[in-house]
Amino acid sequence: MDHFPTNWGRPRNDAYDAYGTYPIAQRPYNGPKDAFAQGIQHTQQPIVTGTSVLALKYKDGVMLAADNLASYGSLARFKDIQRLQAIGAHTVIGAGGDMSDFQYIQAMLDELIIDEFTAQDGHTLGPAEIHEYLAQVMYARRSKMNPLWNAILVGGVKDGKRFLSFVDLLGTTYSASTLATGYGAHIALPLLRTAVEGKEDILNEEEAHKILEQSMKVLYYRDARSIDKYQVATITAEGVSISETRHLETSWSFAEGIRGYGAQTQ
Amino acid sequence: MPSIEQPQQRQFNPYSENGGTILAIAGADFSVIAGDTRQSEGYSIQTRYAPKVFRLTDRAVLAVNGFAADGNMFVKKVRQRLEWYRHAHAKDMPLRAIARLIQTMLYARRFFPFYVYNILGGIEEDGTGAVYSFDPVGSYEREACRAAGAAQSLVQPFLDNQIYFKNQLPAPGTSHPAHLPLSTVLSLVIDSFTSATERHIEVGDGLEIYIVFSKGSTSLQGLASVRGLQEVTTTDDGERVFVIRRELKKD
Amino acid sequence: MASSIHSGPGFDFSNEIRNNFMAEKGLPLPKATSTGTTIVGCLFKDGIVLGADTRATEGPIVADKNCEKIHYITESIRCCGAGTAADTEFTTALISSNMELHALSTGRKPRVVTAMTMLKQMLFRYQGHIGAALVLGGVDATGPHLFTIHPHGSTDKLPYVTMGSGSLAAMAVFESAWRPDMDRESALTLVKSAISAGIFNDLGSGSNVDACIITASSTEMLRNVEMPNERVQKERDYKFRRGTTAWAKESVRDLVVSETVQWVGGEAMDTT
Repeated sequence: MDHFPTNWGRPRNDAYDAYGTYPIAQRPYNGPKDAFAQGIQHTQQPIVTGTSVLALKYKDGVMLAADNLASYGSLARFKDIQRLQAIGAHTVIGAGGDMSDFQYIQAMLDELIIDEFTAQDGHTLGPAEIHEYLAQVMYARRSKMNPLWNAILVGGVKDGKRFLSFVDLLGTTYSASTLATGYGAHIALPLLRTAVEGKEDILNEEEAHKILEQSMKVLYYRDARSIDKYQVATITAEGVSISETRHLETSWSFAEGIRGYGAQTQ
Repeated sequence: MPSIEQPQQRQFNPYSENGGTILAIAGADFSVIAGDTRQSEGYSIQTRYAPKVFRLTDRAVLAVNGFAADGNMFVKKVRQRLEWYRHAHAKDMPLRAIARLIQTMLYARRFFPFYVYNILGGIEEDGTGAVYSFDPVGSYEREACRAAGAAQSLVQPFLDNQIYFKNQLPAPGTSHPAHLPLSTVLSLVIDSFTSATERHIEVGDGLEIYIVFSKGSTSLQGLASVRGLQEVTTTDDGERVFVIRRELKKD
Repeated sequence: MASSIHSGPGFDFSNEIRNNFMAEKGLPLPKATSTGTTIVGCLFKDGIVLGADTRATEGPIVADKNCEKIHYITESIRCCGAGTAADTEFTTALISSNMELHALSTGRKPRVVTAMTMLKQMLFRYQGHIGAALVLGGVDATGPHLFTIHPHGSTDKLPYVTMGSGSLAAMAVFESAWRPDMDRESALTLVKSAISAGIFNDLGSGSNVDACIITASSTEMLRNVEMPNERVQKERDYKFRRGTTAWAKESVRDLVVSETVQWVGGEAMDTT
């Protein structure tokens, strides 16, 4: 049995699957071989992938949310992975895209934090520094044509300043009071923008939670690579906390009374 | 359909296009450099505020447009070279030297270019306003005005008509002015961006206009009545830099 | 001499191969105006509300800042169109015409499913080459109905639907705020905010909000029900002095025809 869905005759569509949640497997190839083809081969494609990460600024800090699913193509492969990670005492990163690349990034940043700690120079890295470092790494890797296949949100609070920024596999960066990666940028971001823009200094923790929960729910309704289990990271002046896994209460009875897809009545 | 004979390869594309438009106009003793603040990819707005115009020194402002990651990295590297110059020579690099520096930095990456259109504006050592425009691999020239980016094809013809007076005969017995006053230039910049916002989907959200004045410029008086003005000068050498921030339509 | 050319049933798409070949050789087909578009529809207590933005694009250029995307099918059936502008206009006009003929021939008010079936059968015949993505809504003898029709001819029947490049933004609004049996006012408000989500978050959509409320008793077309993107005043006025445009030569020609009439015989006719 061929276990790779792409070999079943369905072409992948880059327009709707930019992060390649649908793996392309290699088939055995028996044709003529290029002796130099094996020289340097970078640029894989993502295999085990996470979907959206959402984030917003609110009165006391920054909040991020991501679900607990790591997909293998269209297979919901790992249903309890964590895609939010605290880095140091003031920062949380959340990642979509390739999960093995994300775990590499986590290891790299943990090492960075340890190096900084052992320096004992009275300085600690804040979210701005971690984002800058990450952006340089991502840009350097894209320039070597060997990208880390992720879209990452970096959020945090340090010295009374909230920070929220994005970086992706191309090294593209940007900031806003509310951000989302992957499908979240299309589905959740419109909701987040209306709920957050202009109210960054008014929203309290409970309201921020509500907004994220509602957005995660909508994503679960419409993003086929999502799951109804998610975590929320909260970063305030007091520090970092990442919640236990939460469950989304959803309802699927919206189309009761509708029959068929066309002229059917029964 | 991807064929099964050849091993499947999905080429990673290291470039993207992040929309937006930049523009600069040189006056007699000032220079205006402007850009919108929308950053987009495809049909999505990534952020409504991502600056594309950067103050390099008190006499040089650089606008970058194209692939945002390359743009930010390029500005970073130019700034680093300017800092090294400052340490070596105890003064800011002159504008024409910055222009030549940018050329060599761009051409250094001839076979893996920075996908960025640069416009450098500022004040020359002789006190005149100047604009330098570059292509992504370093070809450059000094001009009186230049638009680049997504709406270049909309804005540049307008500037050719209004700044260079192309297709306009002067009234009998008069001639076209060589340089326009600051108030006219600012109006033309604002109108360029409101018009580009109307007709180009990637332009909008916000507008940032930098103005660099030469030492003791008389054009400074024209700023008194300008709304949303902020001074960003760092030295008291004489050249002064201001920025004006305005809103653009967000659809 | 029997015909040796076999012609199968259905349409012949062999020209497509020619067109693709020409495009590959650097002769691309002319680019059609597309309605980048956010279009939506939703069911409420008394009927259907349809909504649309008003931006039409040609690539990244705004071709029309205030186009109408809610098309007339019958008095109580309307259709929003996304995709290739010409395709949506001609398909809806054709089906509208056929629906009128159908009404005349049956002597009954035509049904939404009839329009839906005519549209999907036509689009299926053209195998997706007619780039029309539609939201069809209306009220008939069997009640309110709402459909989406894709360019290849598949249909969906749902209580709330969105289409076009802004469909994800608009659907997010529906998914978070649509409730069964809403009243007219809240349904209209919901449709307006769904379209606004498209206008402000999707670059393919913009300008104004159009809406159409269809109930058993009336159809209300609310053209430009919201206008959140009015053009700002320009800083300068761009009037050109008379004589601004240069000219190479001048030639003045009299357009008034004048002729002299010569009497050739007798006296002039008495016309008093």
